[in-house]
Amino acid sequence: MVDRAFVGVVSEPRNIEVEKGQLKFFAKATGETNAIYFDEAAAARAGHRTLPAPLTYMFCLASAAPAKRGAIFGDMGVDQARVLHGEQSFTHYAPIYAGDVITLVTETIDIYSKKGGALDFIVQDTRATNQDGVLCAEMRFTVVVRNEVAP
Amino acid sequence: MSEPFSFRPGAVLPELVRGPITRGTLALYAGASNDHVMLHIDSDFAKAAGMGDVFAHGMLSMAYLAQFIAQVAPAQNVQSWQVRFLAITPVHATVRCSGEVLDVYEAEGRALARLRIRTTIDSGVTTLEGEAIVARS
Repeated sequence: MVDRAFVGVVSEPRNIEVEKGQLKFFAKATGETNAIYFDEAAAARAGHRTLPAPLTYMFCLASAAPAKRGAIFGDMGVDQARVLHGEQSFTHYAPIYAGDVITLVTETIDIYSKKGGALDFIVQDTRATNQDGVLCAEMRFTVVVRNEVAP
Repeated sequence: MSEPFSFRPGAVLPELVRGPITRGTLALYAGASNDHVMLHIDSDFAKAAGMGDVFAHGMLSMAYLAQFIAQVAPAQNVQSWQVRFLAITPVHATVRCSGEVLDVYEAEGRALARLRIRTTIDSGVTTLEGEAIVARS
């Protein structure tokens, strides 16, 4: 069982730059056909100041800059061989763009078990704020941990 | 340009199909997304973890769903969206994004629509299911 003492733990703020090359790579890897995500001229024609990040990209930023405090694969001690993604949500307030420096803060909201302890659920909320202090997006991540259960 | 999508309850969004997902797709997505969980990349690791083989990142299907929603509402019109991951997407699967308008309403002076969104794979299994709230204009 993941230690419930992590509920309420807030991570340290992590800063991460949104790299243009990585956005283009993400567009390629996801079969993106909308040129605003990989062609700066197309982005400009659509009224964007540079390449915007796709709607799920905040998750990738969080993967690149994981928390040290309240970290699923860190101090929580979860084995990556045992995880499944349970639920994911995003609320969007302002676009994230190439060149932005995003500050991420993650809070562990809940930890609970199901199926007699065979599965643990960890729920974390993350806020993404840009270099101008604008809240761009929030996400909620629910991960499922498959535990070894004695027969 | 095709006709703008008409948001009315029951209206079906145009399907979006991606895949089949190859091991190469998963390797590229792992690198591009910074998600280096080995279950998606290394079949030896996945087998040792009892998963049989590598399987797709749930977030890859969610990225496809973002493209699917964009067919009817540009990204800046998407206010919030959520999915539950109901089943694993195995390697070699083709991912079909589908959905429909659940209802239309006004909130805080904006015309909004609530969409059902889902992904299914070849076998007909639903892998992701959720909802999106989008501005209609």
